[in-house]
Amino acid sequence: MANIIDDETIEYVSILAKLELSEQEREQAKKDMGRMLDYIDKLGELDTEGVEPMVHIFPVQNVFRDDIVTNSDMREQLLSNAPEQKDGMFVVPKTV
Amino acid sequence: MNLLDMGAVELAAAIRDGKATAVDAVRASLERIEEKEALYHCYVTIDRKGALAQAEAVQSRIERGELNGPLAGVPAAVKDNLCTAGMLTTCSSGMLKNFVPAYSAEVVLNLHRAGAVILGKTNMDEFAMGSTTETSAFGETRNPWNPAHVPGGSSGGSAAAAAAGECFYALGSDTGGSIRQPASFCGVVGMKSTYGTVSRYGLIAYGSSLDQIGPIARNVTDCAAVLEAIASHDEKDSTSMERPDTDFMSALYEDVQGMRIGIPKDYFGEGLDEEVRNAVLGAAKLLEEKGAIVEEFDLRLVDYAVPAYYTIAAAEASSNLERFDGIKYGYRTTDYNGLHGLYKKTRSEGFGEEVKRRIMLGSFVLSSGYYDAYYLKALKVKALIKRAFDDAFSGYDLILGPTAPTTAPKLGESLADPIKMYLGDIYTISVNLAGLPGISLPCGLDGAGLPIGLQLIGNCFQEKKLIRAAYTYEKARGIFPAANEGVKITSDRKAGE
Amino acid sequence: MAKEYETVIGLEVHVELAAKTKIFCGCPTAFGGAPNTHTCPVCTGMPGSLPVLNKKVLEYAVSVGIATNCEITRYGRFDRKNYFYPDNPQNYQISQLYLPVCRNGGVEIETAEGGKKIIGIHEIHMEEDAGKLFHDEWENCSLVDYNRSGVPLIEIVSEPDMRSAEEVIAYLEKLRLIIQYLGASDCKLQEGSMRADVNLSVREAGTEAFGTRTEMKNLNSFKAIMRAIAGERERQIDLIEEGKEVVQETRRWDDAKGESYAMRSKEDAQDYRYFPDPDLVPVVISDEMLEELKSRQPEFREAKMARYREEYGIPEYDIDIITGTKHMADLFEETSALCGQPKKVSNWLMGETMRLMKEKETDAEELRFSPENLAKLIALVDSKAVNGQVAKEVFEVMFEGNIDPEKYVEEHGLKTVNDEGALRKAVEEVIAGNPQSVEDYRGGKEKALGFLVGQTMKAMKGKADPAMVNRVLREELAKRPISEGE
Repeated sequence: MANIIDDETIEYVSILAKLELSEQEREQAKKDMGRMLDYIDKLGELDTEGVEPMVHIFPVQNVFRDDIVTNSDMREQLLSNAPEQKDGMFVVPKTV
Repeated sequence: MNLLDMGAVELAAAIRDGKATAVDAVRASLERIEEKEALYHCYVTIDRKGALAQAEAVQSRIERGELNGPLAGVPAAVKDNLCTAGMLTTCSSGMLKNFVPAYSAEVVLNLHRAGAVILGKTNMDEFAMGSTTETSAFGETRNPWNPAHVPGGSSGGSAAAAAAGECFYALGSDTGGSIRQPASFCGVVGMKSTYGTVSRYGLIAYGSSLDQIGPIARNVTDCAAVLEAIASHDEKDSTSMERPDTDFMSALYEDVQGMRIGIPKDYFGEGLDEEVRNAVLGAAKLLEEKGAIVEEFDLRLVDYAVPAYYTIAAAEASSNLERFDGIKYGYRTTDYNGLHGLYKKTRSEGFGEEVKRRIMLGSFVLSSGYYDAYYLKALKVKALIKRAFDDAFSGYDLILGPTAPTTAPKLGESLADPIKMYLGDIYTISVNLAGLPGISLPCGLDGAGLPIGLQLIGNCFQEKKLIRAAYTYEKARGIFPAANEGVKITSDRKAGE
Repeated sequence: MAKEYETVIGLEVHVELAAKTKIFCGCPTAFGGAPNTHTCPVCTGMPGSLPVLNKKVLEYAVSVGIATNCEITRYGRFDRKNYFYPDNPQNYQISQLYLPVCRNGGVEIETAEGGKKIIGIHEIHMEEDAGKLFHDEWENCSLVDYNRSGVPLIEIVSEPDMRSAEEVIAYLEKLRLIIQYLGASDCKLQEGSMRADVNLSVREAGTEAFGTRTEMKNLNSFKAIMRAIAGERERQIDLIEEGKEVVQETRRWDDAKGESYAMRSKEDAQDYRYFPDPDLVPVVISDEMLEELKSRQPEFREAKMARYREEYGIPEYDIDIITGTKHMADLFEETSALCGQPKKVSNWLMGETMRLMKEKETDAEELRFSPENLAKLIALVDSKAVNGQVAKEVFEVMFEGNIDPEKYVEEHGLKTVNDEGALRKAVEEVIAGNPQSVEDYRGGKEKALGFLVGQTMKAMKGKADPAMVNRVLREELAKRPISEGE
């Protein structure tokens, strides 16, 4: 296995991904990610010198909206799924 | 007259002619659901009451002459990653097990405009990540051809429901083969259109640059009719395209005379099941007999599609799934320490294993220091793959091959080795990378009585050619048995029951 | 000997654009709605929702780029900046990293020494604003309101070209003026429609290499910016003098305490995993669109000043003040066009307007009276319908509420009394009632006349034309030569 994923990397990625892995999941993740990266490394076989990365397949461009208010108040519907709400707002743990 | 034996378009005609009603059709579907659902588990949500109410409303509109389209009054199912206002939309994830959207996906609105009656929401791999429907948080769906086997995925519930007669057609979504592969495993027809043909507004995204919604139905005619109904230029989706040529039903005629069909040699190499190979080549032969010019050619780069796909899809997914954080909707953990504790615990408990695996991979390939080597590299390979298809389509009208290397595996066989599972998508994935239309239709049964899928791939915007060839093949092939009949009960099947 | 240090400053300026709707959805950007009432599935990050770019936002961004001498990116894109925070409903912000809409520009400022200096603009990019967090002291939780989520912003990133707080202020004022002239934003620091983050490092005078920089956030006024720059300069110099290292970090300025603190935590990896947003398509700016936006550029301050000198013949000082804000310049030009008397308009703006603005702490952008009403007031004075004092009183009411001066004068009976008979009667009474002053005047004390004018005005309740009062008084005083004692 060419790609060895260490604990530090898994810890770092799980901070980015906001995932808390159990010891067992962490070991599995190290293995899985290593294997996946080995597999993805296959892409390195291809010479892509001078190839423009392709984000969009079709040259669709300049899709705009006009600056006109179209939305009506849908607060109640939007809040209806919130695990916790108060005074018309979403409740989160204290941020300061 | 057994309504359940009818195709969707056929049923709509019967309703229009007064030989049946939308309510009869819904009742028949619900009866079938009662009978089979406990075993197959195609649905996450079944809206019995709502469906009957819709059917009554639709029926009276049909009688008043307000609805006369080719699908008016026909019961349908919708994959559970498509938002339905007021109806649970879970993505088969614990994360969204209680999520009721405030709005409907554009495709769902389009179905309503066409007079569809929505029976419920179909099971899927969690957030469409999987090829077997086993990653669903609500239990796997079983293949109606043999319940010991998977229906494929991620739109496994949709394909199984269509195959089992638990609906007349269903919507699925296809990011790397998620419509075509389960259609292949379940012996039904599944189609993915050119990227941008169907609005993604209201589709809970997996890989935004690859996702496309499409129909799964029991025949090519129904597939074309559904695609015609759901295709639209939607100003709410920036990637939606304005196309004048979405009258797909106009392509339902038999004619492949002079059509140039290329068979990529690379699709028939190692890993392809012998029975699948023979069935697919048999289908090619049939098209040749109908006047098509069939040739083998080198497509190139086939082995690179899967790694490029998993890099791009995982990267996009890692970002698309960030919004599931326990604040605005969905699952929230109960006992946590501070804001970041809330995020981490909610997401770790709410997401399943495969989803977490892809989020981790996606976060990694986008992270500082790896972006160029992985993500950007994959986008460049995507460009090369597109170029390979462009070359192919300069010589051929269509590409023909298998949809999947094998028929449906048994439950529990695939998940152990992710890479092996990912390789099962080898023939479907590059179609998404290149934004092309593709269709899977049944072309035979293997020795175990499981369906084999034939895949036809068209150049972008060439759905009509695809439909014409598929229709021609379907007619030449003759009637394909339904999942519930004409198939020997094998010992496997008992094992699954 | 103490070392000399040079401060090196670059700014990241966020400007809320004046579009009516949000950058990616049709929700209103207006202030003042109840929490979460200006929201929809898109700006609250509901699953399945998708963004569509507001064209006006692109036009504003390109216009600011043209006005700040930037190169306009002809093929641009949006990228996702991924980070978890509750004010950011998708947990990624749609911004531009790889292909920002404008690059390589600059604006000229005047330095403290009176020289000129170009402050380079590295790039301008478009992005969405975040929601607002409120802290609930009772429940020990925070509350999220997404009304501001998705409000369109541009971020103007300067080169590290500034060397002092004064240069920073000059640069910000310059940007503000340009953007206000474009009508792209009102640029109010206090209200947050213009926000500046300060990137600052210090280095020993004469050295080439930059020191390690910090980024300072939460600066809500020019004063806070100046204090934060002084404070951070000191903090960094102290660290260096103590032999410690400056850490590259984001710091939050607490203006009340006059100090900053680091915002970092273990959970903020500062790795934003930017990648092109697959939900949005490229933005391609054609020659036609660029030319169109160039042709729509307004006359900026320098050009305006030159034209004013040429056209209006008003003092240089007035020109400087009037063109100092777009609103004042518009008021001046429109009123002048209506009444044809630029000098009088300028006098009103420089005199009463400035006085009241100072007294009532009003910004030029908040002036409420219309050019029409100011022109009417000038006409009322010209036609002697009201006298100067009454006009000032009427103006003060206009300043508060943009009333129609004609109606107001009419309704409040403030019109000058042009009835000479009535005036003559009042004058007679004043002369009769003030024999001492009359005598003083006749004895050659011109000053006494002023007192008699005042008394007459008082008798006329202020509604007399002072010139007429003067004339009639002189006539009446001349009519009665000294008879007593002869």
